[in-house]
Amino acid sequence: MAKKSKLQILTNGLIKENPVLVLLLGTCPTLATSTSLINGIGMGLSTTAVLICSNIVISLLRKVIPDKVRIPCYIVVIAGFVTVVQLLLEGYAPSLYKSLGLFIPLIVVNCIILGRAEAFANKNTVIDSALDGIGMGLGFTLTLSVMGSIRELLGMGTLAGVQVLGSWFTPIGFFLLAPGGFFVFGILIVLVNLITKGKALKGKSFGCAACPMYNSCTGEEPRIIDPADTGLEQKGAEA
Amino acid sequence: MVQLILIFMSMVLVNNFVLSQFLGICSFLGVSNKMDSATGMGGAVIFVMVLAELVTWPIQQLLNKFDIGYLQTVVFILVIAALVQFVEMFMKKYMPSLQKALGIFLPLITTNCAVLGVAILSINNNYTYIQSIVNAFGAGVGYFVAMVLFAGVREEKLWDESGVPAAFKGMPMILISATILSLSFMGFTGLFQ
Repeated sequence: MAKKSKLQILTNGLIKENPVLVLLLGTCPTLATSTSLINGIGMGLSTTAVLICSNIVISLLRKVIPDKVRIPCYIVVIAGFVTVVQLLLEGYAPSLYKSLGLFIPLIVVNCIILGRAEAFANKNTVIDSALDGIGMGLGFTLTLSVMGSIRELLGMGTLAGVQVLGSWFTPIGFFLLAPGGFFVFGILIVLVNLITKGKALKGKSFGCAACPMYNSCTGEEPRIIDPADTGLEQKGAEA
Repeated sequence: MVQLILIFMSMVLVNNFVLSQFLGICSFLGVSNKMDSATGMGGAVIFVMVLAELVTWPIQQLLNKFDIGYLQTVVFILVIAALVQFVEMFMKKYMPSLQKALGIFLPLITTNCAVLGVAILSINNNYTYIQSIVNAFGAGVGYFVAMVLFAGVREEKLWDESGVPAAFKGMPMILISATILSLSFMGFTGLFQ
């Protein structure tokens, strides 16, 4: 593994290894909270805050935590920070707290955070881990904002609550509903494929097998999804 | 009784966890490529959801009693993780055939947001103990239904893979078929209220 520069670590998560569109992690919050630009940014920044803090703490503790119980330890650290974010949002941004609802406590089970802890923070220095957290978090926020903008613009004709499209535009409610989320997400992945000319497609897999946690999570050979098409080894070597 | 049936049906059809609330999407898209794994995963999710609900509801009452309800997230995720581990060990020893059917899916479920989601949702809705168990069972059945339907769509290969433009191959096509399935579930909106 070649040593990456600080800048590379920071920008890695933005486009090249965008957690949502390329690594396909954290799809649940992406689809559920991207109904408007504000919600998307709110969710993205909350997750980023948790990701940076947990990356720093886990990186600090990487020599202390015994290997066998590392996953429960990570979960406790992450859950602690999620509770902090939850209480802060409830106190200072009650309307955002209300519209994100259930998905704030569910940041705990966001694959991106646990995945970065396992794949990056427990092997790298504190500063690198913090930079990785910032990059990955901003990549996540960027994707959510783009999706939120598209869905809000087409679904309500507004952007961040401000009327953008004129009265000639009939809002298409479809985009605010669940099927619209699946649809916009699919189209965004198509766009990424077109822009990267299919390079992002390679070695990419989906679902639990794509999760960096997968091997430690099951403790046995991947049997559910054919190992040949997971590209898991490739990803591991890269990381 | 009527209310329990309503809760159950609304969780299965109207507020389907996967198709209208976006919970458990990772496993929905990842494990639905074969019918066998879809039914196995669905069964395991129903099992764990009900079990988790049985345990987390009393714990929340305990937390409320000591006025530390804000520890909900931390406690719930740890309890669910420990529970899944424990169930797996128990099944390995005493029910090897069941373990064979569900075992490989169990560890995956710990980080499945649907399980934690249903536990928190029951608390947020102020359900009684019985209601929350029915709620969890309904959510699990809804997940199972969505998994089986989607696995059916994917196994049948309803579209000709060679005619699909390169950029649409793989995940985008899967997402677009999920769009159509989700759209058909929109038809249940307003069925009960």
